Amino acid sequence: MSNVLVCIKRVPDLGGEITLTPDGLGVDDSALGHTVSPHEECAVELAIQVAKDTDGQATVLTLGSSDAVEQLRHALALGCTGAVLVEADASAYGPADVAAAIADVVRAHEAAGTTYDLVLLGNDASDTGDFQVGIRLSYLLDRPVVAGVSTLSVDGDRVVARGGAPDGGTEIFEVPLPAVLTVMEGGIEPRYPSIPGRMKAKKVQIEEVAPSGTPAGAGRVRLKLPPVQPSQVEVLGEGPEAAGAVVDLLEKLGVVR
Amino acid sequence: MSAVLVLVETDGGGATEVSRETLTFVRGLGLDVHALVVGDGPPGLVDQLGAYGVTTVHHADGDAFTSYAAAAWAAAVVAAAGDATVVTAAGTPRGNEVLAHVACRLGVTMAANVVEVESVSPLSVSRQVLGGSALEEMRLEDAVAVFSVAGHACDPAEAESHATPVVHPLDVSVPEADLRARVVRTEPGEPDESGGLKSARVVVGAGRGAGGPDGFADLLELTELLGGSLGVSRVVTSLGWRPHHEQVGQTGSRVAPDLYVACGISGAIQHWAGMSSSKTILAINTDPDAPMVTKAHYAVIGDLHEIVPAVNEELRRRSAG
Ligand SMILES: Cc1cc2nc3c(=O)[nH]c(=O)nc-3n(C[C@H](O)[C@H](O)[C@H](O)COP(=O)(O)OP(=O)(O)OC[C@H]3O[C@@H](n4cnc5c(N)ncnc54)[C@H](O)[C@@H]3O)c2cc1C
Ligand SMILES: Nc1ncnc2c1ncn2[C@@H]1O[C@H](COP(=O)(O)O)[C@@H](O)[C@H]1O
Repeated sequence: MSNVLVCIKRVPDLGGEITLTPDGLGVDDSALGHTVSPHEECAVELAIQVAKDTDGQATVLTLGSSDAVEQLRHALALGCTGAVLVEADASAYGPADVAAAIADVVRAHEAAGTTYDLVLLGNDASDTGDFQVGIRLSYLLDRPVVAGVSTLSVDGDRVVARGGAPDGGTEIFEVPLPAVLTVMEGGIEPRYPSIPGRMKAKKVQIEEVAPSGTPAGAGRVRLKLPPVQPSQVEVLGEGPEAAGAVVDLLEKLGVVR
Repeated sequence: MSAVLVLVETDGGGATEVSRETLTFVRGLGLDVHALVVGDGPPGLVDQLGAYGVTTVHHADGDAFTSYAAAAWAAAVVAAAGDATVVTAAGTPRGNEVLAHVACRLGVTMAANVVEVESVSPLSVSRQVLGGSALEEMRLEDAVAVFSVAGHACDPAEAESHATPVVHPLDVSVPEADLRARVVRTEPGEPDESGGLKSARVVVGAGRGAGGPDGFADLLELTELLGGSLGVSRVVTSLGWRPHHEQVGQTGSRVAPDLYVACGISGAIQHWAGMSSSKTILAINTDPDAPMVTKAHYAVIGDLHEIVPAVNEELRRRSAG
C-alpha cells in the first residue's frame, strides 16, 4: 500500500496577454479563470494511478487562498480521496516557505498515522517557475528526490522513475521509498473528471490548516512585461487564393527547397 | 579577487552551448571565473574553458560520478565553491536541479533562469517567470548568490584575453545518502524525437484548427515540402492527436526557426513562449483577431484545410516548372 501526497498550485489561466496589478508585483487575474500547471496535472494523474495500483490513498495539497478549493475539488473529482488546504497568501511565500509548509503537513499526518511513501510535485510552478520546491522538501524530510520524472511505478519498497536525459534519451532511477518526485508533462495522459467523480468530490471534507510561522518571502522586487508591440501584421490574403502570395513569401525567405 | 563558480555541462564537442552562454554571461560580473566539470570531459575542454576566460577548472571524478546523481553533483559544487560568492549553471533541467540542491546545502535562496544582472551590489537580477512571458526582478542577499542563467540570455563569446586554466582535481567525499537517487540505466531516444524540431529551420505549427487526428496530412506534406518539422499546440497533444514530443511552448520544446507557420493556433502566451524567437511568423487562422494573427509578421485569413493544400499545390507547381 502506498499513500501519495500530490502538491498543486492555483494559477491564472492566461490567454493571449498578461496584465499586471497596479503595484507591479503580480498578475491581474481578476478577469481570468484559474488552473494548475500541466506538470501538476500529470503529477495528480500519477498519484491516482499509484494509489489505485497499491490500494493506497492519493491526497492533494495546496497552499493558497480559499479560492484554491476549486483546484482541490477538481483533483478530488479525478480520484484523489483527501484534500488539504494550507490557507495562506501564496504570493507572500517563497519556495523555501512553501516547502516548509508542505513538510509540516507531512509530519502532522505522519504523527496522526498516515505516512506518505511518495510526495509528488510539479517540476516547476507555471507562474513563479522556481524549479525547487520539491528538492527543498526532500531536504526537510531527508528523503531522496528525483526531478523531472515523466512516468513512475512503485515496486515493493522502491519506486522506478523515468525522465528525460540531456542527450534526448531516457534516464531510469530506482529509489528507495519514501521519496519525493517532481513530475514533468509528457509521459502520461491526465484523465478527465467523470460525473460520479464530481458528485463524490463535493462530499469530501477538505482539511484546512493554518500555516505556522511567518514566511520569509520570495525576494520579488517587481514584475516586468516585454513592451507591447503594435500589430505589424501584413495580411497576404484570404482563403486559398492567397497561396501564390504565400509561396512568394516562402521564396523570399529562402525556405523553399 | 572573489570568484564565480560555473557548473559546466559537456557533450561530445566540449562545453554545451548553454554552458558557454553562462560563462559569457557571468564574465560581466567582474569576478574570477572558475568552472566545475563532473566526470570525463571531452578532449580540448580545458583549453576551450580557458578561451572563455576560466582561470581554474575544478574536476570531480570517481565512482560517485560515473552515473548521474543530482545530490552527488551538488556535493561537488559545494566542494568546488570554496569562497566563491556566486554559484551558477545554465538553466537546463540538470542545471536547475543541481543548483536547487546546492541552495539547500548552503541554506540560501536560488533564482532560476536569470537573464540580466540589474545591480551587482546589492545583487539584484531579472529572471524569467510565467514560462518566459514576463520577468521578475529579484534580490539575492545571501553571502553566496545561487542562480541559473536562462538559455539565450546572451550569445556565447570567447573572452578578449584567453586564460590558461589551472586544473584542480577535487577530492569530494560523497556519502551514501547522496547516491540514493541515482541513474541506474539509460535508454537512447528515438532519433527524430524533438531533436529535429528544436533545430529545424522551418517549423509548421498546428493547433486545434487541425480539427482532429486525421487533420494533419496536408500540414505534414507542407512540412515535407519545406524540409521542416511539425510542431503542435498543447490542445493537440492533450487530445491525443499528436505525441507530446512535438509540443511547442512553456511545457514543450522551445524553437527558434527562420520561419514558423502557425496553422489554427490561437497564440496563447504559453504557446508563444515556445516560438516567439522565430525570425518570421506566418499565421493561418480563420479569426483575424486571434493573438497569433495580430502578433505575426504575415497572415492569411481562412480555413487551413483550404489554404494549406493550395500552398502545397503551388509549391509543387513551381518546383516542377
Ligand atoms: C501552465 C500552462 C502551460 C501551458 N503550456 C503550453 C505549451 O507548452 N504549449 C501550448 O501550445 N499550450 C500550452 N498551454 C495551453 C495554452 O494555454 C492554450 O490552451 C493552447 O496553446 C491553445 O491551443 P490552440 O491554439 O491549438 O487552441 P485554441 O486556443 O482553441 O485555438 C484554436 C485556433 O484555431 C483557429 N481555427 C479553428 N479552426 C480553424 C481552421 N479550420 N482553420 C484555421 N484556423 C482555425 C481558431 O480561430 C483559434 O485561433 C499551457 C497552459 C498552461 C495553463
Ligand atoms: N503554493 C503551492 N501549493 C502547493 N504546491 C506548490 C505551491 N507552490 C509550488 N508548489 C509545488 O511545487 C512545484 C514546483 O514549484 P516551484 O519550485 O515554485 O517552481 C509546483 O509544481 C507545485 O507542485
